[in-house]
Amino acid sequence: MKPFLLSLLLAVPAVANSLKAPLEQIRAVDKEGVGNEQATAAWQVLTKADPATLPDVLAGMNGANPLAENWLRAAIGVIADEAMAAKKLPVKAVQTFLENTHNSPAARVVAFDILQRAEPELAEKLTPSLLEDPSSELRRHPVAKLLEAGDEALAQDKKDIATAAYQQAMNSARDEDQIKNLAKKLKDLGQPVDLPKHFGFLMNWKLIAPFTNVERKGFDTVFPPETEIKLDATYPGKNAEAKWMDFTSQDDYGMIDFNKPYTMLKEVTGYAYTEFNSDEERDAQIRLGCKDGWKVWLNGELLFARDEYHRGAKLDQYKLPVRLKKGKNAILVKCCQNEQTEQWTVEWQFQLRVCDATGTAIASAK
Amino acid sequence: MSPRFFLAPFVLTALGFQSLVCAADWPQFRGPNASAVSSEAAPGPKVEVAWSVDLPGRGLSSPIVIGDKVFLTCASGPDQSNLHVFCFSTQDGKKVWERVMKTTGRTMTHNKTSVAAATMCSDGERVFALYSSNDLFAFDLAGDLLWLRGLTYDYANASNSLGMSSSPVVVGDTLIVQSENDSESLAVGIDVTTGKNRWKKERPKAANWTSAVIFQDVVALQSSKGLTGINPRTGETVWDYTDGASTIPSSAVTQTAIYVPSSGITALVPEKGAASQLWRASGLKPGTGSPLVLGDSLYVLNSTGVLLKASIANGDEAWKLRLKGPISGSPVAAGKYIYIASERGDFQVVDTTAPEGEIVQTVALKDTILSTPAISGGAVFIRSDKKLWKLE
Repeated sequence: MKPFLLSLLLAVPAVANSLKAPLEQIRAVDKEGVGNEQATAAWQVLTKADPATLPDVLAGMNGANPLAENWLRAAIGVIADEAMAAKKLPVKAVQTFLENTHNSPAARVVAFDILQRAEPELAEKLTPSLLEDPSSELRRHPVAKLLEAGDEALAQDKKDIATAAYQQAMNSARDEDQIKNLAKKLKDLGQPVDLPKHFGFLMNWKLIAPFTNVERKGFDTVFPPETEIKLDATYPGKNAEAKWMDFTSQDDYGMIDFNKPYTMLKEVTGYAYTEFNSDEERDAQIRLGCKDGWKVWLNGELLFARDEYHRGAKLDQYKLPVRLKKGKNAILVKCCQNEQTEQWTVEWQFQLRVCDATGTAIASAK
Repeated sequence: MSPRFFLAPFVLTALGFQSLVCAADWPQFRGPNASAVSSEAAPGPKVEVAWSVDLPGRGLSSPIVIGDKVFLTCASGPDQSNLHVFCFSTQDGKKVWERVMKTTGRTMTHNKTSVAAATMCSDGERVFALYSSNDLFAFDLAGDLLWLRGLTYDYANASNSLGMSSSPVVVGDTLIVQSENDSESLAVGIDVTTGKNRWKKERPKAANWTSAVIFQDVVALQSSKGLTGINPRTGETVWDYTDGASTIPSSAVTQTAIYVPSSGITALVPEKGAASQLWRASGLKPGTGSPLVLGDSLYVLNSTGVLLKASIANGDEAWKLRLKGPISGSPVAAGKYIYIASERGDFQVVDTTAPEGEIVQTVALKDTILSTPAISGGAVFIRSDKKLWKLE
């Protein structure tokens, strides 16, 4: 081997070692600005790094918290900009980083963005391989391509080809806008679409209401369902006896609407209870959409509580990381309706799904 | 060291905090001290498009101008989770640098607004970018990241599902950020050099989209409860007006008084502990845009797109002028002219000295505009949904 080639190969690990300390300093940042001063200095070191070390800096995002990810994202942007200007971008190494799905989704999105800017033809070529990617953000690209292909086939009246393209896209789509679009196209072609199953909405619940929420005090009041789940019990409620009843959502987006069984009450609190069976102990997310005051418990542990009323709701508005235990998992939702009387404040409802971090539904085991 | 940095301590000593930035700078939402009035000569009535640049995402934030650079934010992606900070040359609109970050807080907003709703601010050395997700970034003028925060990452219930838009202000070495909402409502004073809190205050638990103004080195925070003057370094309350105020249009400020959107407009002179009321004019009701004071007159743009001129001495109306609406942004002024754009993209110049006020120039920018212009160096900068424009 020629001496200069040998020295080149040896130089890369040496540079990478010099990045170890600044990467650690940036990864140490935490809430309320902890570690900012050290990160500021470390960021200066990183942004002057040799472009060949770009994959090492990308790898620094693996397992980093969202704040550290942003520090590194900004540094990678500067390194990549300068590397592209100097025509020194390590394209193959960035591609290798992207293709290794053990790297974090956030870092791989950054890698793909770099390739899209620097080597758009290569990014285009890689796109179909991202259809089953662990990153929902990366899946968007091949799903969009399949949508286009389906539209083109449909324009030529090739319905079977269009249906196949849409169905393949639907199976991989994780973002609401793409799923909605695909669901409509498939339904228009006479294909069945099971949105609750696709999203993983929990449809079958036990409901109990109405407890009071006068002056919004019900939000912090511990009513009996918070201390015991006795499905045959009855309790004194607000102007009525409260007892558990079955409720099954018929909504494509899994809405659990208290107004349906209880009518449009105001200043009331309701609870919904269900059980989710997991095949194994595993990480998951409980994702909630709700425009009322709410609390959610998993197996008796409060996950989050929010006392905002009628500012809006959407799918996956709140993403709550959880650890499911093997077997039965008890999910309790508290949903508080307030005193407002405007037309846009009648909703007393929520939607809840169980999925993994990419938004892929996790089905309850039989 | 640039001349700006070298001069800063001397300027600070001689003239006080508010004069740290250069005369031509437009360092925050509605310019110097959030007054909405430029100290420079007016760009003139017959402005035309000098240049425009495409933006990769929407935003309601306004540009700010520091020296020969114009800074702007936008958000892109299906869930608005890509946060862009741009630095362009004021001369030709050429991109000097861009940084793209990700949200760490919630991105849900009403469809009309955006995650990039708050306007950046600057102390002349640094620029600060805040988003509805409560992500906050500090860069130097060259684009080096100085520090960052995720205020919803820090305070998990600090968010508004309709979106937030309060623009930060910087006074001396403290950045003041409001994150006011129905749940975990707060304001923080942040050390501009480290990004760490100097203080954190609970704020009224109610959604609030107003931005702070600066009155005699005191930061006035507006909310549904009223207007509270705080010491920017400590967060201590200096004076408090508690008769309620709007949660959308912000106050207008001069060297001697504050004009608060409160039961119409209420003119106040803040003093230690309280605020004396000069007058109240219930007919002066600003819509979405904030009022401004130019000379001895107050200008209020109401919800029907009518610009009202009134006396700052007593609130008496002088004239009314219907503008091309609807309008979401706030008017700004230089010389005798007011500059404002409609939601449909009609940029309008109003001659305030005409007997009944007069629209003397309209430029059809043909894109949605929901934001407020900036004025610097004889030019007006304004962003639409798709572009940043310079008119001169």
